[in-house]
Amino acid sequence: MTLRLSLTLLLILLPAGIVFGAADGSWLENVPTHDHEKTNPYHDQADAIAAGRRIFVDRCSHCHGENAEGTKKRPPLKSERMQHGASEGDLHWLLVNGNMRKGMPSWARLPDQQLWQVITYLKSLHD
Amino acid sequence: MKPAVVLCLLVGFLASIGQAQERPYFVTYSHEMEEPGNLEIEFFNAVGKPPAGNRFIGSNIEFEYGATSWWTMEFYLDGQVTQHDSTIFTGYRWENRFRPLLREHWINPVIYIEFENINGGDKALREVVGHDGKQDVSGPNAEVRQEKKREMELKLILGRNYRGWNISENIIAEKNLANQPWEFGYAVGASRPLSLAASAHNCTFCGEKFQAGVEMYGGLGDRYSFGTNQTSHYLGPLINWTAPNGITFSFSPQFGLNDYSIPRLYRFGVSYEIDQLFSRFHRGAR
Repeated sequence: MTLRLSLTLLLILLPAGIVFGAADGSWLENVPTHDHEKTNPYHDQADAIAAGRRIFVDRCSHCHGENAEGTKKRPPLKSERMQHGASEGDLHWLLVNGNMRKGMPSWARLPDQQLWQVITYLKSLHD
Repeated sequence: MKPAVVLCLLVGFLASIGQAQERPYFVTYSHEMEEPGNLEIEFFNAVGKPPAGNRFIGSNIEFEYGATSWWTMEFYLDGQVTQHDSTIFTGYRWENRFRPLLREHWINPVIYIEFENINGGDKALREVVGHDGKQDVSGPNAEVRQEKKREMELKLILGRNYRGWNISENIIAEKNLANQPWEFGYAVGASRPLSLAASAHNCTFCGEKFQAGVEMYGGLGDRYSFGTNQTSHYLGPLINWTAPNGITFSFSPQFGLNDYSIPRLYRFGVSYEIDQLFSRFHRGAR
């Protein structure tokens, strides 16, 4: 009986723990060094900014706002942390892996080239 | 005629709402989950003619919803039209996919669990398992629809994205809950966009709008006769194109690889994604 009760509690608490208890702090702390140091092959290129803007509007703006200003539930991408605290390599790592516990999906389905184009666009945004 | 009318109506309806770009697979599942809050509506068809039967078109419409980043659920309605016979509804399916590892790895597993309540007339051919073959799509509808299939299907989906390519493999185990043995099958596919970088300008027929690949799938017998003896297998190229309004059109000619298979299948599909479905109903939503 005790075993059954324990198993029941485990089954209830484990998913709850995964969803709510995974306070991993800043995702930036999870980025490995070699990802942090990756360089953007499209850095500051005007065409990449335009292409990145197109991808952003198609894929990201529904959650993060038309101009990355954020929405009620999702953060702005013009913040100090995004613009200066995170390297382009950090953002690439975030797009590849997502932050699934917090609702950010993985965008590994997009080719690397398109991820770098989005990052180029995001880094071109300033308040 | 009826499927064409339904297709036109569906396309017309969907043209007014959202966007999607999916892998071009018809049978293989990739490890990529539906984005949380999005609803994807897909309409898939398989056209074929078994040597000893009438031409058919097996269809299903699917509603795929991203519950969370790691959990996708999907509901299917299946039907078919058989030439010189009839049009019948063949049942429904309900599936859930879970991604246990929350980061992208060298290989990414997804657990797939499905309940099917279909009848023997189902010709959508969304998977091939056990000893499924051309004889299963040859019988008259009035007869085959009498067979009830309440089945549980489990899949282990393994996937990887590498240099623009997606490589996916599915290992399938299915059991008819009416005391039938476990049946097994597989599906593998590889695909990539024709262009890896996006264009700086809006475009209709640029490479990024197309995805191409190849898919192979088939049965692996059952618990008592595991293997490739008396099983059917199919192989075919795949292509899809995403229109500027977001509707994705997919097509694949597929070829039976042995005498047990239907010689040729032509698959086509239309899909559309509605972004952030429920937030559209919230007050102040954009």
